[in-house]
Amino acid sequence: MPTNEIAGNETTAAKGTTGVAGLGDAAGTGHGTSVSLRALTRVFGVTRALDEMSLDIAPGELVALLGPSGCGKTTALRIVAGFEFADSGQVLIDGSDVSGVPAAKRDMGMVFQSYSLFPNMNALDNVAFGLRMRKIGAAARRKRAAELLEMVALAAQAGQYPHQLSGGQQQRVALARALAIEPRVLLLDEPLSALDAKVRLQLREQIRTLQQRLGTTTLFVTHDQEEALSMADRVGVMRSGKLEQVAAPAELYSRPATAFVAEFVGTMNRLPAELSADGKTATVLGITVPVHDGALAAGPADALVRPENLTVTPAEDGDGIVTGRTFLGAVTRVAVRLSGDTELAVDVPSTAALPMGPGTAVRVSLPPAPVLVAPRGA
Amino acid sequence: MAAVVTERTPAPAPAPAAAPRRRRPVPAWRWLIMLIAAVYFLLPLLAALRFAGIKAFGTVFTAAGFGSSLWLSVRLAAVTWLVTMVLMIPTTVYIHLRLPGLRRLLEGITILPIVIPPVVLIIGVLQVMPLGLRATVWMLPLEYVILAMPFAYRAIDAGLRAIDIKTLTEAAGSLGAGWLTTLWRVILPNLRTAVLSATILIVALVLGEFTMASLDLQQTFPVWIVLFDQFDAQMSVAASIFALLVTWLLLMLITVVATRQSRRTGGGEVTLFTVAPRETIGN
Repeated sequence: MPTNEIAGNETTAAKGTTGVAGLGDAAGTGHGTSVSLRALTRVFGVTRALDEMSLDIAPGELVALLGPSGCGKTTALRIVAGFEFADSGQVLIDGSDVSGVPAAKRDMGMVFQSYSLFPNMNALDNVAFGLRMRKIGAAARRKRAAELLEMVALAAQAGQYPHQLSGGQQQRVALARALAIEPRVLLLDEPLSALDAKVRLQLREQIRTLQQRLGTTTLFVTHDQEEALSMADRVGVMRSGKLEQVAAPAELYSRPATAFVAEFVGTMNRLPAELSADGKTATVLGITVPVHDGALAAGPADALVRPENLTVTPAEDGDGIVTGRTFLGAVTRVAVRLSGDTELAVDVPSTAALPMGPGTAVRVSLPPAPVLVAPRGA
Repeated sequence: MAAVVTERTPAPAPAPAAAPRRRRPVPAWRWLIMLIAAVYFLLPLLAALRFAGIKAFGTVFTAAGFGSSLWLSVRLAAVTWLVTMVLMIPTTVYIHLRLPGLRRLLEGITILPIVIPPVVLIIGVLQVMPLGLRATVWMLPLEYVILAMPFAYRAIDAGLRAIDIKTLTEAAGSLGAGWLTTLWRVILPNLRTAVLSATILIVALVLGEFTMASLDLQQTFPVWIVLFDQFDAQMSVAASIFALLVTWLLLMLITVVATRQSRRTGGGEVTLFTVAPRETIGN
């Protein structure tokens, strides 16, 4: 799944030259804007929506904030946008503090979760609105709005009103509107969550391609891990107002820093483990493996292992029983129950899964690679 | 739309779907209710028409005080409308955006003018009215603003509920619009239907209000009708029917114009108390 990693930045320049004529200038202001969140704290009543959150976004980078609802990701985005204010901490744009600058003066393009087009204006006027606010002449702003609509492949819909557009089209117009002002930063607040799966997938790619072409620094908030992993240069996983880990998608998946990240991103098995006295190795499924960042005390713990990192083979004397199979194409996810009621998911090449019907006795084993451990049951 | 295709091809028989839809017959009891309502509403009008006679309609327009009192009522309606809008729109928008918790309270407050008798209202108003305004005709619109508040508030509130005002305001803000620009270019145009609903109610209210005008000793159109009744009852009834007709025409005009406007941008139909929410196509 997380294949595009940081592939983006090298190809950005090349793609930029093939962009729509006249948008070379558009990309201009987008380049080179860095964003820094410094120890942002925001308290609503008794909940700390943000707790000393810090994040640096490099120029032209797309960073996704991923986390369960209520983790503070939207609050962080709204503070950057200027719709909310932090109780303490700073937002730096290109190094200067914008904490006191109102939203209207921050030069940030935003696409909202709910449909936000102005119902009284057609698509073209919606896109041109920000330019009008910047006192750009009627002819120039119409020309530029038309270019942007073309960029999101909606040139034919320029004269239509929002209620005549589908949800996906509305969000594309909203994207064009946000980009029309040549924003220093693009802010995306779950822009795809109201759309159906197919449209979501198309728009995901479209946003990413545009963002790379224009090189606009982008902060993207989502609760959908697939979205975050497939679109972002880096993903920040949030929990209770704090960033648990910020890393490239592939790293986040293969080397999660905490048990929360490990289990929030992708599927994760918990296997009973016994930590050695020095905490540097653990005994899991009868073999001894090294442990990442051994910070836990000796004794019982849980080892976190991805389904694709386990192997399962039919064995008369194995202590596992197959309880179900899900065919996923090339691989089949086999559900196994170990003695002691541990439920596991193991990904097996579909051909190898054929003899493992429900009820088959199996043996589950683990390669001697380092594993992540977490306190038992936590 | 499919019908357009079949229209030009002569040979094929029209598809069953294109055939005119058979309406289900309206049950008899509905006709009965319609009939009772029609008798209840139309009989007094017919009686009044019969009483006034056709001749009265010819002379009513030249009757002493007809023109001036009608003109006064129209001006009062205009001023009442303006003051109400300037007060109620920003207030309601602000409550929706910043103090949504107070919406309930405001609903309660705005219903008060309906609950409190006009006489009590006037005495209250006289207590706080600046001396310079007390004897003038401009005291009336200030009283009417209070009377109109329940209707105006409800219409605007319904209009604001139909749009996602928070997101629209934030979107306008992120694009560089200040609050005044946002109000003027984004919120107001989307409240057009609601504002027109409120306008209908205000016009109808002011053109028909008698108690306050009469207690304030101002000869508005309704007051003139009652006074004139003492000299020429037939002509007074003719004037009433005329007023009814004018108000009705005005309301029809506003409704038609507003509905046409709002259809264009996907808004709801104009009705007196609510604005139907906008519909959005799915994905």
